[in-house]
Amino acid sequence: MIGIRDYKKAASLEEAYQLNQKRGNRLLGGMLWLKLSRNSVQTVIDISGLGLDKIEETGEGLRLGAMVTLRQLELDEKLVTYGGGAFREAVGRIVGVQFRNLATLGGSIYGRFGFSDVLTLFLALDATVCLYKRGRVPLRDYAALPYDRDIITHLLLPKAAPLAVAYRSARLTETDFPLLTCGCAVRSDALNIAVGARPGRALLLSGLEKYAGRKLKDEEIEEIAAHAAATVPTGSNTRGSAAYRTHLVQVLCARALRACFRKEDGCGADADS
Amino acid sequence: MELTLTLNGKKMSRLIEPGILLLDFLRSEGCYSVKRGCETSNCGLCTVFLDDVPVLSCSLLAARAQGRRVTTLEGLRQEAEELAAFIAAQGAEQCGFCNPGFMMNAIALLREKAEPSVDEIRDYLAGNLCRCSGYEGQLRGILAFIEWRKSEKGGAAR
Repeated sequence: MIGIRDYKKAASLEEAYQLNQKRGNRLLGGMLWLKLSRNSVQTVIDISGLGLDKIEETGEGLRLGAMVTLRQLELDEKLVTYGGGAFREAVGRIVGVQFRNLATLGGSIYGRFGFSDVLTLFLALDATVCLYKRGRVPLRDYAALPYDRDIITHLLLPKAAPLAVAYRSARLTETDFPLLTCGCAVRSDALNIAVGARPGRALLLSGLEKYAGRKLKDEEIEEIAAHAAATVPTGSNTRGSAAYRTHLVQVLCARALRACFRKEDGCGADADS
Repeated sequence: MELTLTLNGKKMSRLIEPGILLLDFLRSEGCYSVKRGCETSNCGLCTVFLDDVPVLSCSLLAARAQGRRVTTLEGLRQEAEELAAFIAAQGAEQCGFCNPGFMMNAIALLREKAEPSVDEIRDYLAGNLCRCSGYEGQLRGILAFIEWRKSEKGGAAR
């Protein structure tokens, strides 16, 4: 278990940033993952008083604070409008309501955990990470960066909501870590498919431009799913083998894409319209 | 450091270690309904309300409760007793260790939604683990409680 010597509630992002430059200090998100660390921390820096717990519509799109909880992602009406049931589908199986009332968006994204449902969905949604010092970085780039001591302040989602979004995952038991995750977003100029829990970090598929902005035929969906299975690297761990995961890549990609084009699925607008 | 909070309706100030978890603080204050279970934020045994929102007290620093309201099962006596009677009537309590956390989260659900469906109950309580019962008894108890509450309200309206 982690040992914590001191606690500081930051009065400003600058104060939090300066404190976070000290090697022995750690920024506090929801603390769910940090708590399991065996390290000793000199000072934990609490940024929960800095107003970063809001989901707002701005001129640039949706702006989600780093301290927004997973439960907010699940329930917020603006996100339901933006992504249909995809947000709920992505986070609704993460442990339980009490856990999701603590776990934060910023913590999930900063962690870039291989098992992260949040990272998978936000990659598919073309999110941008707002860092206090470095500024804005597309999530697809941020996902590949090494850990540093900057602070995520917000995540931005593009102003134009996708034509359709869907999320699917496979789990051995209902609230376990996922065995594989898949998020799809259909935009007028892109088709984004992110695959996570491979078990490595989620990644975005490339080479899908020709499928953008339109309803796909069944054979096209099968073609994309086969392409995903052939190109997404998978590995083995105690939850499943690489071969099984590769099989799941194909199955979940196809299911998520079909869900994108089904109105009754509740996972987004009909891309056919 | 000094912590000031409202615990079960009573405002209090205490000197605490900065790294103490809310779970340990609450037990040191005599709130023994709050149980230590899995230590990995999975079992729901330590569920309390922070400003009426159910959270895992094993994963929250007590310092983060500064200026806020914390409620444990001890602070919900009547509300909890009513629901507990229905859970007990179904024989859902066996070892009983998970029960306080279960009750807290079930009460949170019923405050959010008075008449949840079976699927909604299962979803909401997915973060409360019970190794004895298989959950069916608790589910029947909650459904019976909802029916009773409806009939009580109907009776009161008449």
